[in-house]
Amino acid sequence: MKKEESISLEPRPQNPIESLIRVERLPHMWCPGCGIGISMGAFTRAVVESGIDQNSLSVVSGIGCTGRVAGYLRLDTFHVTHGRAVPFATGLKLGNPKLKVVVYSGDGDLMAIGGNHLIHAARRNVPLTVILINNFNYGMTGGQFGPTTPMEAFGATAPYGNYEYPFNLPYLMDVCGAAYIARWTVYHVRQLTRSITEAMSKDGFSFIEVITPCPELYLRRNRLGDALKEMIYLKENSRIQNGAETRTVAIEKIRGEIIIGKFVDRERPGYIQSLDGHLQKVLGARYQRPPFWEK
Amino acid sequence: MPAKRPRGKVHTAAERCKGCGFCIEFCPLKALRASGALNRGGFHFPEIVAPEKCSGCNMCGMICPDFAIWSEKLVREKDEAEAED
Repeated sequence: MKKEESISLEPRPQNPIESLIRVERLPHMWCPGCGIGISMGAFTRAVVESGIDQNSLSVVSGIGCTGRVAGYLRLDTFHVTHGRAVPFATGLKLGNPKLKVVVYSGDGDLMAIGGNHLIHAARRNVPLTVILINNFNYGMTGGQFGPTTPMEAFGATAPYGNYEYPFNLPYLMDVCGAAYIARWTVYHVRQLTRSITEAMSKDGFSFIEVITPCPELYLRRNRLGDALKEMIYLKENSRIQNGAETRTVAIEKIRGEIIIGKFVDRERPGYIQSLDGHLQKVLGARYQRPPFWEK
Repeated sequence: MPAKRPRGKVHTAAERCKGCGFCIEFCPLKALRASGALNRGGFHFPEIVAPEKCSGCNMCGMICPDFAIWSEKLVREKDEAEAED
């Protein structure tokens, strides 16, 4: 009856963020209700609103559902090997410090296989912005449990429930020395957009954890309802607590309060600054700064 | 005199919709509903039921995972004239 309404030959006005998205590849491959698209929208809006130079912005993604973000962004993006998004981005940043480098990947990629790279990048305070999309399992390979899966949650490789204690990511990044740490859910899009803008303006390692529903695997296997129900759950059960003690913000149970907000914002000398200053101090006149580091 | 309410307009790209229903649920003014028709993927895309309610807040655009809906604020002619003065 209303079928003809969906077919319109008139050119429609452009979505303001479409200039940053490869619209010819839409609809994307993420499941209906998956929050990765929402976080990607928040990122593009942060880029548009902050007025950052898009020619000096680079996005690096690893493998996994979130790794596909690199393929949908109309920016200089790199889709690198599994877990190695952070070392690739570190090299990119050191090779050309004028670039703004964003690492956009999932929990399985950044925290499981790339966990070592992540903690060392935070320790050295490499000036990167890391956006970690946490869906509590390995989405692309079929819902196996990983290092962020809450206790007693079911997974493809945890038929009797998960018995491994999950990581508390903000706390881990805090003790490693990251300069900026925040956690938001995909329901809190406005705050997430603002947080991404803030993180990109930091001259140090900034880390944002984004909690997202995984409707087809995690929610289905744990009988938690559909994506809409999960979004309402995230809306009702998350509490904004800026500056919270990071040791108290772990997500250990499947259901329970999620503490979100900006936890850490501190000034530490960045990696390039430390390296440059130290060599200048030790070598004195013998030190020659690489030509591509000159401002 | 009643306070001026912002007005907006919703645009949809129905062929990208995957029917998650986030825009319908989280529209602060409840101006959307699921259409009875289906798009190419077999999903009920959103349609606007009350265009006069829309304030152009773009909550639908921010919460949509598929970039299939967004809204823009409408500027009234009177406001523009006032701004010029």
